[in-house]
Amino acid sequence: MLIKLNGNKKEVADNITIESLLLQLGVKNNKAVFVEHNGKVLSEGEFGVVLGKNDIVEVISFVGGG
Amino acid sequence: MGDFLLIGGKKISNRFFLGTGKFASNELMRKAIEESKVEVVTVALRRVDGNGKNENILDFIPKHCIIMSNTSGARNSDEAVRIARIAKAAGMGNWVKIEVISDAKYLLPDNLETIKATEILAKEGFVVMPYFNPDLMDARRLRDAGAATVMPLGSPIGTNKGLKTKEIIQIIVNEINLPVVVDAGIGRPSQAVEAMELGCAAVLANTAVALAQDPVKTAVAFSLGVQAGRFAFVAGIAQEKNIAEASSPLTGFLQD
Repeated sequence: MLIKLNGNKKEVADNITIESLLLQLGVKNNKAVFVEHNGKVLSEGEFGVVLGKNDIVEVISFVGGG
Repeated sequence: MGDFLLIGGKKISNRFFLGTGKFASNELMRKAIEESKVEVVTVALRRVDGNGKNENILDFIPKHCIIMSNTSGARNSDEAVRIARIAKAAGMGNWVKIEVISDAKYLLPDNLETIKATEILAKEGFVVMPYFNPDLMDARRLRDAGAATVMPLGSPIGTNKGLKTKEIIQIIVNEINLPVVVDAGIGRPSQAVEAMELGCAAVLANTAVALAQDPVKTAVAFSLGVQAGRFAFVAGIAQEKNIAEASSPLTGFLQD
């Protein structure tokens, strides 16, 4: 199914969880990122949520900046 | 001393603010913050696209710090507002540095879009610290839009050229009853001193510290410079004159 990940369309497995998606993205530490799912920022405890078709997901981290 | 800077209801004693970009490591950044006793730091947000990340920069920022998330990467007010809201939802607090840049060569901020974003976010309760191209009318517009401070650039980001906009910054300091924080372009401690002597409330630097040979010592040097400049401003600096005036008595000694 297609979802929108970080602004781009992405083909992912049906019923994929946020947790699996983060693994696919190569995220090694879930505490180092936060996830916005359909406009709502999830807590780490909610990463088991199953994605649906056309869901909008942003995976973001805080980085150094001036 | 009791000379605190008050922003968004918080008392700040160190008027040197530090950006966290470009440090060789998070650990080095942490040391720079700790040694220089910095209290206000900025961070940015980025999308994670396939690069494995092990470290969370927030783990390296001492707990006493006020973290101001910036909206870097925003090209218009809508994007800046969205980034600020996401940062807040992620638990970052409500301090935000508005940075709206659509010019890739000189990285100069877009004042019009910055003013729009300031108005929206101030109404939502953010402590809004807009980074802008120094201009008196725009400083007034930012103030009227609810900005907590105004943050004029000294020179373009990362150029280390110092206070090229000094005359306009002085006018803004004289005319705008908000803390004026010089942000961007400050390359050496002497330039930070100069900004503080003008009456600026604080100085924010990043590149000059992060890319110095010894970032920790440089952060301390900036911190001391900002403090020296502040002391001089508060003390009242003696006026410049065009004609010499002796500081020692010139008469009555070894003369006929």
